[in-house]
Amino acid sequence: MTTHQWKHKDLCALADHTSDELITILDTAKAFKGVGERNLKKVPALRGKTLVNFFIEPSTRTRISFELAAMRLSADVVNISASASSLEKGETLLDTARNLEALRADLIVIRHKSAGSARFLADRLNASVINAGDGAHEHPTQGLLDAFTIREKLGSIKGVRVAIVGDILFSRVARSNIQLLTKLGAEVTLVGPSTLVPTTFACLGVKLVHSIDEVLEEVDVINLLRIQHERQRKEYFPGLGEYTARFGLTKKRADRIKPQCLIMHPGPMNRGVEIDSDVADGRGSVILDQVTNGLAVRMAVLYLCSGGAPYAPATPVT
Amino acid sequence: MNTSLHIKGGRIIDPENGIDRIGDLFVRDGIIVDSLPKNDKDAQVIEVIDATGKVVSPGLIDIHVHFREPGQSHKETIATGARCAAAGGFTTVVCMPNTSPVADSPATIAWIQERAASTACVNVFCTGAITRGLAGEEMAPIGALAAAGVVALTDDGRCVQNHGVMRRAVEYARQYGLPVMDHCQESTLSADGVMNEGEWSTRLGLPGWPALAEDLIVARNILLAEETGHPIHCQHISSAHSVRLLREARLRGVPITAEACPHHIALTDGELKNFDTNFKMNPPLRTQADIDEIIAGISDGTITILASDHAPHATYEKEVEFDRAPFGILGLETELALFLEILLHQRKTLTLPQILAMLTVNPAKFLRLDRGTLSTGVPADITILDPDHAWIVDKNESASLSRNTPFHGHSLRGRALTTIVGGRVVWDLESGFRS
Repeated sequence: MTTHQWKHKDLCALADHTSDELITILDTAKAFKGVGERNLKKVPALRGKTLVNFFIEPSTRTRISFELAAMRLSADVVNISASASSLEKGETLLDTARNLEALRADLIVIRHKSAGSARFLADRLNASVINAGDGAHEHPTQGLLDAFTIREKLGSIKGVRVAIVGDILFSRVARSNIQLLTKLGAEVTLVGPSTLVPTTFACLGVKLVHSIDEVLEEVDVINLLRIQHERQRKEYFPGLGEYTARFGLTKKRADRIKPQCLIMHPGPMNRGVEIDSDVADGRGSVILDQVTNGLAVRMAVLYLCSGGAPYAPATPVT
Repeated sequence: MNTSLHIKGGRIIDPENGIDRIGDLFVRDGIIVDSLPKNDKDAQVIEVIDATGKVVSPGLIDIHVHFREPGQSHKETIATGARCAAAGGFTTVVCMPNTSPVADSPATIAWIQERAASTACVNVFCTGAITRGLAGEEMAPIGALAAAGVVALTDDGRCVQNHGVMRRAVEYARQYGLPVMDHCQESTLSADGVMNEGEWSTRLGLPGWPALAEDLIVARNILLAEETGHPIHCQHISSAHSVRLLREARLRGVPITAEACPHHIALTDGELKNFDTNFKMNPPLRTQADIDEIIAGISDGTITILASDHAPHATYEKEVEFDRAPFGILGLETELALFLEILLHQRKTLTLPQILAMLTVNPAKFLRLDRGTLSTGVPADITILDPDHAWIVDKNESASLSRNTPFHGHSLRGRALTTIVGGRVVWDLESGFRS
């Protein structure tokens, strides 16, 4: 039985929270999802609150999703980017954040290339700090929206078999997914080149495999991560062609998956690399549902971290 | 000034001379003497220190400290670093050359020596760089550095990556009898790593600095020491595998030595879970298996020297994103207590005289310092300590200009009570520093 509660001002990492707390967010998000489906897409929950979107690393979808989530909760929103901030002039992250707080920001949503940066600010500010991605550490709202989507489509997370495919080593999306899904009872398999799925990940209670063909027939969810072959990855694998040959979800491979298997991608996609274009648009793809659900999840997170009362459904699901 | 000291009734432990007995120790004119003359008319003052129930040790020696002068005196000065040493029971320290400018010229060495002579309350010795500017490319003026009085060569903080350069430097240093000390880190493997590569770097998403990067350079140094016949000292060993490599080499008689730091046997990489930069140092905290092997190495004679790697950084420099924070923590004031707490009280793998040997005679012999003993006729550097003294570390009581210790709030057993340099009490626990 889930005890619905949330007593934190921040959301920095899913690793920090109990399964009850994570379910509290998911259930609250479910209630908020209805708001987005209405003609009048706005509730007064955060009226008078100020949210600063503090994105020190480029992002479009996550920033807009947070911005819309805040607007739907009636908060005032300001966006700042690294180039527009004083960080460029050598101001420290902490000083910049303290300035935002001095302007009476109630919530600071931060994306930053350094792992731990959200936690660093959360420990030093009175404002709520929401992590929108810190280096390769976590991207908690992405993990939540992925879990929300699985739960919505498959009814439950417990016992669901999830494959996460791609550049796991450098992926904050993977880490947040692993934390949440294993806590809620899913069986998680990490799939990717042995350099990008190193053995150290076994300590997280997941299976590691190095060929997508090994998992195709047995999984209920395939979450494909964006794969890139820029300069810093060249010593990890030789090229995208070789990657696609072994790990790409091609049309042929998609024919082998279970009929009800969900195909997920956090975006932005490289069509023809980690995912075939037809597969991305085809049966089982819930990629755009993820985006829609992201809004509901972010509304729930902003609401709960501002002290809002959790939503507890009459019939609990896990 | 002809001050005499009479240290009464302490347990005198002098590892150099195999002494462990209750008795009195005498000092006259800054020198250890067998006894004080009766009716000493020349003596203006005879200070009597009651050491009953306490341990009287040769003054402790730390061969690995960063005092930040010249160039970074906002972090520490030679004066404040020396006060940390004194408050930690250390009478002699050896400074690393990564100052600004780098200590790679006789002029800089002379400046440091002059500064130490005029401001430091303990003995301060210098190391010189192996390569110019610690750049790992051209040999520093090793002969001139030797003439200026450096006690060893090291590019600490940076490891000489080019094996050809390192080989020639070791060969060249041999003609001056200057030991070479190396910070063992292969930089293509450590890359942009900021913590141990393993379970916790996986959890935290921080770039890993694998033990392998240390092991590879330890192996290189073993081979170079064997090839050249010249001593190489591996600084701050953090990895279990490095200990095993060193053990095997020392059994074969290779002239290789190694040191261990308190934090590498006190803390694991799991401490980084909150991204606290006071747990960030180089080499990084590793695993319990590494701790166990380092302690085994200290206990079986593989590692013969204990040191702190005292590395002060200003609070504002540490109060940044984890990967941007500088490496390093304070060490001198907690060093003795941590070694005693872990090795003597908890693990019980070594006796007090064995631990004190690694803080006195061993480093003194390695760097050929006329210190680390209570023999008659040597300068009276003496530390009076209580191995059972229980205390709680408070960073705000530190003599350092910085506050970057991960041990704030730790309860430890063992502490220096009185620090005597050249026959003069420079610090004691009750009254603090003597001007």
